[in-house]
Amino acid sequence: MRNALRNRQVELRLFIVLAAMCLGLSLATDTFFTLGNLTSLLNNNAVNIIWAVGLLVVLIGGGIDISFAVASSVVQFVAAKLLVGIGGGNWALGFLICGTLGVALGLLNAALIHGFRITSIIVTIATFNVFFGLLMFLSGGRSIYDLPEWWIDRVAIFRSQAAEGPAAELTLAVAVMAVCVAATWILIRRLNLGRQLYAFGDNPEGARRAGVNIAAMQALAFGWCGLMTGIAALMQVSIVQEVVPNALSGRELQVLSAVVLGGARLGGGKGTISGCILGVLFVAVTQNGLNLMGVSPFAFQMIIGAAILVAISTSNMQFGTLVGFGHRGQK
Amino acid sequence: MTDPTAEPYALRLKAVSKVFGGAKALDAVDFDVKVGEVHCLAGENGCGKSTLIKIVTGVYRPESADLVELFGERLETITPVMARQKGVSVIWQDLALFPNMSVAENIAFDELVGLRPKAVDYRGMKTRAAEVLGRLGVTLDLDAPLDSLLIAQRQVVAIARALMNDARLIFMDEPTASLTQSETDRLLDIVRKLSASGVAIVFVSHRLAEVLDIAARVTVVRDGRLVGVFTTKGMTQARLGELMTGHLLEAGVVAADKSASPVVLEVRGLSVAGQFDDVDLSIRAGEVVGLVGLIGAGRTELAHAIMGMTRLTSGEMRLMDAPYRPTSIRAAIAQGLAYVSEDRLQLGLLQKQSIADNAAISVLDRLLDRAGLISAAKKEDLISGWVAKLGIKIGKSENAISTLSGGNQQKIVLAKWLATQPKLLILDSPTVGVDVGARAGIFRIVRSLADQGLGIFLITDEVTEAMFNADRVLHMAQGRILGQHNPRITSVEQMETAIYA
Repeated sequence: MRNALRNRQVELRLFIVLAAMCLGLSLATDTFFTLGNLTSLLNNNAVNIIWAVGLLVVLIGGGIDISFAVASSVVQFVAAKLLVGIGGGNWALGFLICGTLGVALGLLNAALIHGFRITSIIVTIATFNVFFGLLMFLSGGRSIYDLPEWWIDRVAIFRSQAAEGPAAELTLAVAVMAVCVAATWILIRRLNLGRQLYAFGDNPEGARRAGVNIAAMQALAFGWCGLMTGIAALMQVSIVQEVVPNALSGRELQVLSAVVLGGARLGGGKGTISGCILGVLFVAVTQNGLNLMGVSPFAFQMIIGAAILVAISTSNMQFGTLVGFGHRGQK
Repeated sequence: MTDPTAEPYALRLKAVSKVFGGAKALDAVDFDVKVGEVHCLAGENGCGKSTLIKIVTGVYRPESADLVELFGERLETITPVMARQKGVSVIWQDLALFPNMSVAENIAFDELVGLRPKAVDYRGMKTRAAEVLGRLGVTLDLDAPLDSLLIAQRQVVAIARALMNDARLIFMDEPTASLTQSETDRLLDIVRKLSASGVAIVFVSHRLAEVLDIAARVTVVRDGRLVGVFTTKGMTQARLGELMTGHLLEAGVVAADKSASPVVLEVRGLSVAGQFDDVDLSIRAGEVVGLVGLIGAGRTELAHAIMGMTRLTSGEMRLMDAPYRPTSIRAAIAQGLAYVSEDRLQLGLLQKQSIADNAAISVLDRLLDRAGLISAAKKEDLISGWVAKLGIKIGKSENAISTLSGGNQQKIVLAKWLATQPKLLILDSPTVGVDVGARAGIFRIVRSLADQGLGIFLITDEVTEAMFNADRVLHMAQGRILGQHNPRITSVEQMETAIYA
């Protein structure tokens, strides 16, 4: 337990900050700590968390992905065309098509990175532009509203009707998110594949010498991220009930900020599921809180940016010294 | 090990050759290691040692070989998988470990490798890691991330990892390069323990004293050819150095009395709280003053203080008989000091930049043309001058510095500082990771600089290095100068007793 805490400094700090923020907001506003607000927070961030755990896997493997959000747009557009084309389909087919498309786009990134030995940031900036350009070209920028019923019908997994006001409910996206989080946790914590991915991100040359299959690791990282991209695409449509080609572009930086805040390292080899989720929640609660307190939405980006700077620049400090125990580091 | 000829062989190679782009990296080399033996593979950088190791581990395939035999089994070729299965393991100098993963995972990492998904058995990994560490007589916090460990402890982790794979033949590439003397002694104890338990160890090291101390036999390779296999009994460092380089290395006391020369730097009662206390020293023109002591004695901190990199608590310094109180390293350099740092790879050189840029960085202002831009011609002149003067082997001056060997990189660092035309040169552990031939080269340069009137302050881990190259040797421990030795009077043994006792 002592070790678990020692190796989870970032998560612990983020948790404390988040808890303090939640407490503060509960006292400052009478709308924050309501079932309705908390469930809508979760509903609105389910897609972000699905993306975030996918991106986390890429970051652990020492890469970065800029293209996942627009990749989701591509998946939505192609899947919508396909599903409408075959006369509607169903959830199973939706998962199959979106998952496959997402994995395919992820593997395309992996193949470019590994095959041509280009760094992932260059490759995914390029594929970001290619995906987005192609999508806008093919769709003509037009949204798709005519979608199969099953896809846009609201599915609630939990519903609570208060005596007055709107009902609080959790959507299917939250359940799917939970599955994605659990699956990613198993992958990176419980399976040898995930540990090899950590090792690869931590010391690529060392991993190579130990016999870790580097091509497979890139495929695993970007393929998994692609799968999450596909699933996020599917769930995002079910929430907003339309396919808007340029709706998701720009979300990648928000998710990346959240994951980095959660302690994932851009150099690879470091990052946890708990940190990743806390990071997304921190961003979400900040945005929600500012909104509830009536602060200009422009302040939001500024605060997230400042939070990243504070988090990164203090991340080398031991928690103990921050709270004044005067505990010295191991070295 | 009473009768080594009766021992079976862990490895036998006969007439192994390897060609790279027309050049013979190995030319019909024989190499054998007995079971449970500690064997040293010696030679200068680029002599073919690494090529030989890579052939045994299956990384390279030799062009021709009369015999390749591992543990009594004759093999056509060795593949990496086969080498691992047979128990051949290499601990490279960079250790190839994973800094963010736990000690237990690092030790037991190889059981995670493979594409078939399986659950991670954390508890089992910890048990097995603890068991292996127990065999080495070491306890480490198994949950701690590797990067919280000292280099010496990481070395132990790397050894434990090799043992987890049932290694019976371990190659150790420069295992002691960044260890202090006491850490080295502990590592050598572990090596002896392994050898006693039947593990054969091939030791590659530039520190000849420990080679002679630990190994039973030494195979010397020079320019890709076998010089010979020698027993270490009766072998001296000088003789071994000569075999490795092919020419006589002058190792002998060169100290002279320089008390008549003018004082360059005078330090009185210098203290930095928590680092060192009440240090007096003087360095005269043309004098090499050695400073020995264990890591943590405050040696590097003292150098930093002289260079103006830390704030003094008390004390005063005089340079060329004028008060000297640098407030920054820039001020120190401007007043004629130069500092070759301990960790040249990280601090002393810009690894990705060219050789020319590295050598010129400290004197950019003198390379300006009339328009105030850096003149390519002036830069080239500067470089070629130093390359000739210091005998540096380089390809093109625009190549990245990382393409040079350790010894030549060190010479570039020297060139960079000498370009500032200093009065006092501080060398902090200048030969870490530098081979014996290049070491001799570096000290030849140091001596000739001293002869030109430079004061030189030589900080080193190795007593012999100070004894054979300095005019006076100071001994520092726990932040204090404990004594001064004259190499012409004190013997190396007396000096070592004084320091390591």
